[in-house]
Amino acid sequence: MADNHLSTFTKGIVKENPVLRLVLGTCPTLAVTTAAFNGVGMGVAATLVLLGSNVVISLLRKVIPDKVRIPAFITIIAAFVTIIQMLVKAFAPAIDKSLGIFLPLIVVNCIILARAEMFASKNSVLPSILDALGMGVGFTAALTLMGMIRELIGTGCVFGLPITAGAIEPMLIFILPPGGFFVFGILVVLSNKIAVKMGKKPVKSLGCGNCQGCKGCDAEGYPAGEETAPATSESKSGATGVNITTNQEVAAAEGELFPNDKAITEIAAPEGDAVVKAQAKEAVDTATELKKGEVSDDK
Amino acid sequence: MEKLLVSHSPHINHGDTTRGIMLDVIIALLPATVAGCVIFGLYSALVVLTCVVTAVLAEFVSRKVMKRPSNIGDLSAVVTGLLLALNLPPKLPLWMAAIGSIAAIVVVKQMFGGIGHNFANPAITARLVLLVSFPTAMTTWVAPLGSSGEVTSSATTGEVIDVLTSATPLSNTALEGGYYSYTQLFFGQIPGCIGETCALLLLAGGIYLVVRRVITPTTPLCFIGTVALCYLIAGEDPLYMILSGGLMLGAIYMATDYVTSPTNWRGQIIFGVGCGLITFVIRYFGYLPEGVSYAILLMNILTPYINRLTAPKPFGWEGKK
Repeated sequence: MADNHLSTFTKGIVKENPVLRLVLGTCPTLAVTTAAFNGVGMGVAATLVLLGSNVVISLLRKVIPDKVRIPAFITIIAAFVTIIQMLVKAFAPAIDKSLGIFLPLIVVNCIILARAEMFASKNSVLPSILDALGMGVGFTAALTLMGMIRELIGTGCVFGLPITAGAIEPMLIFILPPGGFFVFGILVVLSNKIAVKMGKKPVKSLGCGNCQGCKGCDAEGYPAGEETAPATSESKSGATGVNITTNQEVAAAEGELFPNDKAITEIAAPEGDAVVKAQAKEAVDTATELKKGEVSDDK
Repeated sequence: MEKLLVSHSPHINHGDTTRGIMLDVIIALLPATVAGCVIFGLYSALVVLTCVVTAVLAEFVSRKVMKRPSNIGDLSAVVTGLLLALNLPPKLPLWMAAIGSIAAIVVVKQMFGGIGHNFANPAITARLVLLVSFPTAMTTWVAPLGSSGEVTSSATTGEVIDVLTSATPLSNTALEGGYYSYTQLFFGQIPGCIGETCALLLLAGGIYLVVRRVITPTTPLCFIGTVALCYLIAGEDPLYMILSGGLMLGAIYMATDYVTSPTNWRGQIIFGVGCGLITFVIRYFGYLPEGVSYAILLMNILTPYINRLTAPKPFGWEGKK
């Protein structure tokens, strides 16, 4: 039981890190991490709200009717956000000033609603507290790390202390939105790599087959529930169970499929995997169509 | 393990190679590069060298790290480095130029899958990354060597003057109205980026590319024509405007990039006109003196949609009923 509690706490830090693995709460992540201190402030504020809302929602989980649970959750979360906002305004006006609108916007932070919906409304109080703390630590750690990287490269300081400032001219782009997206992407890639190295299966992606709307969809998806990565990249790179989740990796897989746009496409497929073959055929058909388009254009 | 070998058309090869096309682009750019080095001095040659060497190294290392076959032999990294260098101010610190090359090759090109997969022109994007990152260094222009009498007059104070910072024709017009003559503009005796000033040699290189059928003149003509027309309507001197700034360099060498510009002539017209309009809007209404880079980047992003809009109908094609 103790081991179970421990994993409830630790899963939020790396394995199911809300920002880097579940890709939740992206808006505050990108917006406030221009400095490490802002990251800490945002992380702590969100953690406190998460703790409060998880406890209350867990206590009320048998009282709240299922049909109106989302409005009920939001009301509870909003109450805690209001409390935290007033406390921050009273005791830490500097953080309030640097976080600005993103402090009240914790109300609509996906992480908090997701934990309420996925965890607190189904579990008792103690696991909910541990879950809130674990997720909060994961969120704070990710934001602080991102803030440190962006602050170091963008201004030459970390937590306001000069490191390279004065010696090297800082790259301003890192404290501007494009730099935020860039650092975020790189961190997501790294955390996926680390999770794979640790032998933990990546979080089940919202692949086509797992999608709720799949039944009404004509597209050829993967069989629902089956964790199928595009088999070409898997069999070639030799990694097993790698679920492709980032754009970069998808691009990499495409690059392997069509090396230097050679006319001959060589696709290695595991035996008897009809889905992969169908996909390969589809890809080739698309390529042929494209070529046709180009040819007719030349005339 | 079963191998599925599929070959699609065309089965007859024309003989054009990426390497050959890139070599042609390098040949076309060389005169303007040399002119830039002559106009702005030896240091600008170092900037060019740094950019090209870093670009090739970055390409080699990133292919190695990503465990893909090396393709530095196709010279595309050299072209990217060269184009980036021509878009940089002559006195840019070398490490900044190197960062630009790394951003172009690693971030814009290889992370999206290498040659043929980049969503925007690597050189343009890298220039904008540098412009946003180091705004001061990227907008410090120097006067061409021995072009101005001010140098000698300042020398009387006994100080050795290394460079003379100066405003580009465009920032002059933004402030008080231009004062460079057409000849100066045409032969490149003006402050600006290393490769953008000498309109004559850029045009010559462009004509070489058109003759060698590496590019079609559609995009450059539409681009430059739109800018000229807009300035004519706005009541300013169109010739002055198309000769200054990075318009020639951008229109001839960067807006015609195969990967990031439309594939057929209808798309290229839309692309060129769009670039021209955005350039004019930024130059005329914006507070930035230069808009060519942003224009090309924005249109690069729109290119897939333009391609879809202007896709040619196959013979015998019927619309949806």
